[in-house]
Amino acid sequence: MKLNKLRKLKERITGTMLFVFGISLLYLVLFILSPNLVYRAFIYSGGLFLKILPTFAGVIVLLFLTSLFIKPKQIKNFLGQKSKIKGWVIAIIGGILSTGPIYLWYPLLSELKEKGMRLALISTFLYNRSIKIPLLPVLVLYFGWTFTFILAIYTIIFSIINGYLLEKFVGVKK
Amino acid sequence: MTLDFKDAGIKTWNNLKKTIPILIAMVLLVSIVFVAVPKEFYSKIFTKNIILDPIIGASIGSVAAGNPITSYIVGGELLNNGISLLAVLAFILAWVTVGFVQFPAESLMLGRKFAIFRNLISFVAAIVIAILMSFTLGLL
Repeated sequence: MKLNKLRKLKERITGTMLFVFGISLLYLVLFILSPNLVYRAFIYSGGLFLKILPTFAGVIVLLFLTSLFIKPKQIKNFLGQKSKIKGWVIAIIGGILSTGPIYLWYPLLSELKEKGMRLALISTFLYNRSIKIPLLPVLVLYFGWTFTFILAIYTIIFSIINGYLLEKFVGVKK
Repeated sequence: MTLDFKDAGIKTWNNLKKTIPILIAMVLLVSIVFVAVPKEFYSKIFTKNIILDPIIGASIGSVAAGNPITSYIVGGELLNNGISLLAVLAFILAWVTVGFVQFPAESLMLGRKFAIFRNLISFVAAIVIAILMSFTLGLL
């Protein structure tokens, strides 16, 4: 019984909880050791929050719009096709448009894999998730338009290379 | 096509509920590190060596986890504090493409071999893209 309770408790503790707890503990320990350091850190944090706040507000709006217009089922239908150039294009666009944490997409991709989706396309889809349209304003804020544009181009090119290499190493699913 | 505003709102809220605590904790972590650690410390870690710097950046980025927005913030702050673009790029790219934290789930659902090679290729790609980006931006 106790073991079950412990197991349930362990399941409820998420990585986020541990991370937030860890940071809180770090601040508490540092506050005891050096209150001035923590004070300076809070001042720095305040400035950082103010800097990212307007962009983060834009991110929230874009997250909402993406959730409103892009459904996982729509992407699934298009990715189920045989992979020709169109398949690569769909995998790239699907990866860019997909929202939410990466692990939410594993079950769908696993199902598509069972139905014959190329591993290369799954890899390409996952790689292109690094281009997050709602988050691009933040990247532009920190690094500029030129940087963001070139990075997006390289990411797309390497997502295709990534897909081909993966199939080379893992093998083609028959 | 019917638009489900309520569903989109719930999804956005759920996303924010997960993101905000991580974002706040990340900003606090970045702040304490930048206040406590002198700039010279980073210049010691990042050697300005064209090969070593991206490897160090990619290694740190690979073990880090969270929303990409936090990697942009940390990367931007690292850049402002004198860390090379090469290392920052490898860090950001590895953060979003390599996932040690997600590895068990990826391995279970998409296959161990798939997860191992996808992460390995992404790690190498992060370094290669970082070097190519630095050259490209240098040419512009």
